[in-house]
Amino acid sequence: MSFLTSLISLSVVTNALELGIIYGLIALALFLSYSILNIADLSTDGCFTLGCAVGAQVTIMGHPILAIFAAMAAGVCSGFIMASLQTRLGVEPILSGIIVNTGLYTVNLAVMGFSANLSIFKKDTIYSLCKDFFGATWYKLILSAIIVLIVCVLLAWFLGTRLGLSIRATGDNEDMVRASSINPGFTITVGLCISGSLTALSGCLIGQYQKSCDINMGTGMVTIALASLIIGETLLGKRSIPRRIVGVIVGSCVYRFVIAIALRLHVPAEAMKLVSAVIVAIAIAAPYLKSRVALQRQKAANAA
Amino acid sequence: MLKITNVKKVFNPGTVNEKVALAGVSLTVNDGDFATIIGSNGAGKSTLFNCIGGSFFPDEGHVYLDDCDITYVPEYKRAVEIGRLFQDPMKGTAPHMTIEENLALAYLRVAKKKAVFSRISSAERKMFRERLALLDMGLEDRMKQPVGLLSGGQRQALTLLMATLVPPKILLLDEHTAALDPATADKVIALTKRVVEENHLACLMITHNMHSALELGNRTLMMDDGHIVLDISGEERAGLTVDGLLEKFRTGAGKELDNDRILFSKVES
Repeated sequence: MSFLTSLISLSVVTNALELGIIYGLIALALFLSYSILNIADLSTDGCFTLGCAVGAQVTIMGHPILAIFAAMAAGVCSGFIMASLQTRLGVEPILSGIIVNTGLYTVNLAVMGFSANLSIFKKDTIYSLCKDFFGATWYKLILSAIIVLIVCVLLAWFLGTRLGLSIRATGDNEDMVRASSINPGFTITVGLCISGSLTALSGCLIGQYQKSCDINMGTGMVTIALASLIIGETLLGKRSIPRRIVGVIVGSCVYRFVIAIALRLHVPAEAMKLVSAVIVAIAIAAPYLKSRVALQRQKAANAA
Repeated sequence: MLKITNVKKVFNPGTVNEKVALAGVSLTVNDGDFATIIGSNGAGKSTLFNCIGGSFFPDEGHVYLDDCDITYVPEYKRAVEIGRLFQDPMKGTAPHMTIEENLALAYLRVAKKKAVFSRISSAERKMFRERLALLDMGLEDRMKQPVGLLSGGQRQALTLLMATLVPPKILLLDEHTAALDPATADKVIALTKRVVEENHLACLMITHNMHSALELGNRTLMMDDGHIVLDISGEERAGLTVDGLLEKFRTGAGKELDNDRILFSKVES
């Protein structure tokens, strides 16, 4: 027990929660594209960096709040291009994600002024702006939580509207959407634009949180977000939409806790991607293994 | 009124697998007409429906709905006027969404002009409830349940309700009871009959059951090898038996009917 408590200190907990909540936005983006629209969006990595780069540049110019909207607008563009490749040019969803992701690398470099790093030191960020208001310990957590809460409420509300229902049905049964005289190309476009804006928003918040932006910071984001999504669905199930949205954020926080503990156990930073991959594999395999174990138990009970 | 003029459709043209699915079909279906369609395997029945419904476009010929040329109108746009049911009960509904949400989507065909950000209103919910109660399957008390939990028959009945919630100009039924057990199939057939009569729809129904082909509706079409070989209605149809129908097919097509399922259904009854 003392070993456990030595692992978890207040700063570790708040840190994991902060990151879990901010990265939870990408998991929400994947919830929309992957769980709801049934499209594997591989442009996530590039879109995340795009949000961070755009946000960082606008923040450096002295407009940290405007940066949020600029980053989200950039994310919408990225989502729109990916959707257009699919719906207007007939490119496979997976390929269009890879194409956009590749193209975004150059775009991101250009946004960062063709340097691999950007630093936001000595500039106001949304976090530094509210530091006095929320107090020095909790300000990052509180501000991130408020932003993500607003996003979650808006998303849950949106998915209950007529347009939201159409988007949900597109991933569930595209034929039926067409039969309801809705153009699935339109719903896919709207869905991917929203998903892109959420990914970019996450990138923007992370940039202001860490006060820096790196061209490679997005690498592996899609795997991490997928892990969060699946951990959330394993823990809270696939029931109502609000419950699933909460599950996504919870999943993201759980993932960050596991990483934080791994770090406290002195897993070297170079090995973190491998740790992530293992967590993802476990999270994805868990529901299947659970059903296998149940079957074995049933077999044993039946034989006895 | 639906009018099809000289519609042709060839699959895999210029290859060894070339298949003439529709070899210049012309057909007029008036409002209030309920025509049943039977035919051999690969006769082009479903291809005809796909050309009317817009799943693909014909190579030649035109499709008119109320004198409006819809030959190249995208599927989702013409869905406003055309209701369609398939053999597979899974095809017409979204399994992970609730009954209520599925109905709300079907209702979008008229509610489209309403704000896209509006939600399902209590008036709509009440209307959905009333319409569901008419199905007499107890679905009105399960409106918050996902459609995936329903049986095939319930899903097909729900799909029928969704397709006619806003009465279309024409209803296309592609063996919509073939995957159901006999009792449920009878129920869905009775429901189909009522819905078509109440809304005075033009309706085309593909079936492999020769008895329902003669019993239902006021007109029977037989298809073979991309042609309509027989089109009977009125008195000629009234006195017809299943054997008489087969005989007529033989004269019309110049060969025996080779749809195993049709022949099975003849033996069964």
